[in-house]
Amino acid sequence: MADIASTDAPAAGLSVREIDDGTERLHRILMIGIAVALVIAPFVTYPVFVMKVMCFALFALAFNLLLGFGGLLSFGQAAYFGMASYVCAYAAKFWGLSPELAILSGTAVATLIGLVFGALAIRRQGIYFAMITLALAQMAFFFSLQTPGFTGGEDGIQAVPRGRLFGLIDIADDRALYWLVAAIFMGGLLLIYRIIHSPFGQVCTAIRDNEPRAISLGYRTNRYKLVVFVLSAALAGLAGATKAIVFQLASLTDVHWSMSGEVVLMTLVGGLGTIFGPIAGALVIVSMQNFLASLGSWVLVVQGVIFVVCVLTFREGIVGIIAKWSKRPL
Amino acid sequence: MFEILGVPAQALFGQLLLGLINGSFYAILSLGLAVIFGLLNIINFSHGAQYMMGAFVAWMCLNYLGINYWAALLLAPLVVGATGIAIERLLLKRIAHFDHLYGLLLTFGLALIIQGVFRNQYGSSGLPYQIPPELRGGQNLGFMFLPYYRGWVVVASLAVCLATWFLIEKTKLGAYLRAATENPTLTQAFGINVPLLVTLTYGFGVALAGFAGVLAAPIYSVNPNMGADLIIVVFAVVVIGGMGSILGAIITGFSLGLIEGLTKVFYPEASATVIFIIMVLVLLVRPAGLFGRAA
Amino acid sequence: MMHQDRSRPARTGRIRASLLPLAAAFATLLTTANLAVAEVAGGTVKIGVINDQAGPLSDLAGPGSVAAARLAIEDFQKLSPSVKVELVTADHQNKPDIGAQIVRRWYDAEAVDAVFDVGNSAVALAVQSIAKERGKLVVYSAVGTVDITGKQCSPTGLAWLHDNYNLVSGPIRKLKSQGLDPWFFIAADYAFGRNMVQESQAMLASAGGRTAGSVFHPLGNADYGSFLLQAQASGAKVVAFANAGEQLVSAMKQWNEFGMGAAGQTPVALLMFLTDVHSMGLQIAQGLTTMTAWYWDLNDDTRAFAKRFFGMRGTMPTAPQAAVYSAILHYLKAVAATGSDDTATVLAKMRATPVDDFYAPGATLRADNKLVHDFYLVQAKKPAELDRPWAYYKVVETVKPADAYRPLSESECPLVVARPK
Repeated sequence: MADIASTDAPAAGLSVREIDDGTERLHRILMIGIAVALVIAPFVTYPVFVMKVMCFALFALAFNLLLGFGGLLSFGQAAYFGMASYVCAYAAKFWGLSPELAILSGTAVATLIGLVFGALAIRRQGIYFAMITLALAQMAFFFSLQTPGFTGGEDGIQAVPRGRLFGLIDIADDRALYWLVAAIFMGGLLLIYRIIHSPFGQVCTAIRDNEPRAISLGYRTNRYKLVVFVLSAALAGLAGATKAIVFQLASLTDVHWSMSGEVVLMTLVGGLGTIFGPIAGALVIVSMQNFLASLGSWVLVVQGVIFVVCVLTFREGIVGIIAKWSKRPL
Repeated sequence: MFEILGVPAQALFGQLLLGLINGSFYAILSLGLAVIFGLLNIINFSHGAQYMMGAFVAWMCLNYLGINYWAALLLAPLVVGATGIAIERLLLKRIAHFDHLYGLLLTFGLALIIQGVFRNQYGSSGLPYQIPPELRGGQNLGFMFLPYYRGWVVVASLAVCLATWFLIEKTKLGAYLRAATENPTLTQAFGINVPLLVTLTYGFGVALAGFAGVLAAPIYSVNPNMGADLIIVVFAVVVIGGMGSILGAIITGFSLGLIEGLTKVFYPEASATVIFIIMVLVLLVRPAGLFGRAA
Repeated sequence: MMHQDRSRPARTGRIRASLLPLAAAFATLLTTANLAVAEVAGGTVKIGVINDQAGPLSDLAGPGSVAAARLAIEDFQKLSPSVKVELVTADHQNKPDIGAQIVRRWYDAEAVDAVFDVGNSAVALAVQSIAKERGKLVVYSAVGTVDITGKQCSPTGLAWLHDNYNLVSGPIRKLKSQGLDPWFFIAADYAFGRNMVQESQAMLASAGGRTAGSVFHPLGNADYGSFLLQAQASGAKVVAFANAGEQLVSAMKQWNEFGMGAAGQTPVALLMFLTDVHSMGLQIAQGLTTMTAWYWDLNDDTRAFAKRFFGMRGTMPTAPQAAVYSAILHYLKAVAATGSDDTATVLAKMRATPVDDFYAPGATLRADNKLVHDFYLVQAKKPAELDRPWAYYKVVETVKPADAYRPLSESECPLVVARPK
């Protein structure tokens, strides 16, 4: 299972060798395109919707870093996303921290949890790795349920104040908050892009493709795996903490295992192992949820059919297919 | 009367017995999941939905056709198994040569569809189903009141588990099956129809889920959601036992029932989480589960 | 126009010096002043019904609440054909973030005037703060948390049906007075389960009763045999379930299986809906006592509504669904009377006018925004007593508000001003 990215998404799987000047220019253009789209978006659509997409896109990008480039399938990403969202909400509401500090503390806690869980999980491979991450995430869920004083039980932490950025700028208004979320999202995207194309990222990809060979070349593969695991947890935490500020709430939904499933789905729909796929995936899934909300009781069936059709017809994902057609890694 | 951690020993025996009974559901369900994983290499995420289908088919048999519990116990697994065969032939076959993550996702989608359809048809709050008259009442064992139905559940599930084990480990068909699991190409070369074997195996595994559903119908709420949370626990049972290990699934199923039963006495809030704690501990000590072979 | 009695709404007499009369008088001024100029924005009143459309709560509210809303609009149009009403609906899937996002969009971008039902405490609390910020109306139906009209009450959030306090008050008072004591609690390990047990124990203690024990089980739990044995061993006379839907159904099935009734213990469901009884069947549910704000088979008016509802849905209406009907009709009448969809104006009118329908005749809103109406202590019939489909309950007692509501003097709601010493 761990080698899914290399075996099943042939054209999409990015290897650093393929990066030439043209591709790099294309990526730069796409980045600018995304930035421009983000600037225009709040004027043409509902800003809260775009902020939600950005939070989930960052979450999916973090997951894709782990699976698509690190070859590690985690079923427990909700733990970092959800716990960070709780910590951020708690810090903003009860300690009165300013939003940037609240988000940072959420991210820091997610990083720590990622370090502990990662150290345990990377000792096993494939499906067993996935199951350990799932089990550990279930414990995080249990912890959230058992500490209502901290998490508010299933009612969650509600009415989280958005506060003033750096103690100065009021972000209670959606438009004002939007720029903060957009900045966090673009920062996360650029960071992940950097990581993938760094020497560290190259080694990770090498480990993903053939771990014994990487070991024989003298790399301490476990150390690389742990670092990529922790990075992914931290970025998932960043996404979760930001979401808590956007929606002004943190709830059990975010730590539940179905959230871990949702992020896998977003990444697959968008294109596993591609750079921009998770963004497309998050956009599709979040819009779908939005649209389906008015569909009434057929939600489950429609969702199920989309799953089945995706798996049967386009396993490379949206961006994966485009990459195949254009013969360029995206 | 002596006590264990403040709980009278007799009460504890009662709780252990109950745990064992609940373990029989885990055993049948994880057995089906393990059989399917062994040969098809996919994690059948729609197992919970198929368990639910079993219970609903039993209800339909009774209310539309007047077929009683005992006949439903045979008929429902056949119906659920038949839909399983259709699913394998029409859908799973197409993705057999891809990574098994796709199998998991496909069956997850199927679970949503099945649940959604039943919910639209029958609502979410569930349907009534009675214990068959032959099994109403119970026996006072001195330390607890044992309903006859619970006794029947243990007997039935043990019988089914042993029969399955015998079928796979001791018969010729089982030998083909094991050979196909080990090396499908070579088995095919020996003239054995492996695709047919795969289809039948999926049908059989799913039928086991349907059987568990009928067993559950008289005592658990029959509603479209009934299998949704169960799947992840059963999945954990299979992993602890060792993926694909038949005996592992059976033994782990029963033992986890026991452990869960004890948790319900001492720390009931944790009774749904204890299984995951055990899973982490087991996997850290034994990389491929209790009865699995290391990859 | 009803000007008389406005400064002293019925049944809130005990709040002598609350701000309510003042506010109402002020609002009357506003209302009359506005009448000449006020108008409904965009010419249409837009109301939203949001709830769980496909999940575990979808039978007790879900599409049925939407049907109830349509009936309310239909009846309103007969009274005031000139006012245009538009209904939007959505599924929050029991996820607070999805619910919050939809309601935000409704208020901000789609000019929805008022939101109804919600029916999930976590979503309700999220919606509460959004509505409060925007000064928009939201009316809750099956929302159990006492915080919604307690610590987190809001000037624009109204509770039309029940909260956990209402639900536990009836069974405890009644059964305790019959000498049924001590109690054992089997509750879901969720905030609502814990909250219900806490409220029950406090009420029980003040009535001189005793708790024999309590267990909290995970939400997805399917087997209750273990907990039933613990309840049996505790020597409790009453076993109260503080869980919902499928958990209650499974627990009661196993209650019968283990012959618990024969052992002389009385089962109580602290939270149960008609659809749960339908799902258990009377064979299982018989004798189960619960508290409900409304039941379809109370009188001719309720039966008339139930018949229309049955024609649309094929099931009888639950209390939450009837509450949605009542809330929407009351709201629309206030809009028509004031000619405005401005929240403060309409709200003042809603406060000033007693409810006039089959759901809660004569009921009024009190200072913490809870609708004050009668409750019914009901018991599931024996199978032989069932004379018509869905007529599952027999009414044991009509519980008057004085016995079913937390006194305002104990309220934690900031809107309720403490009495001057």
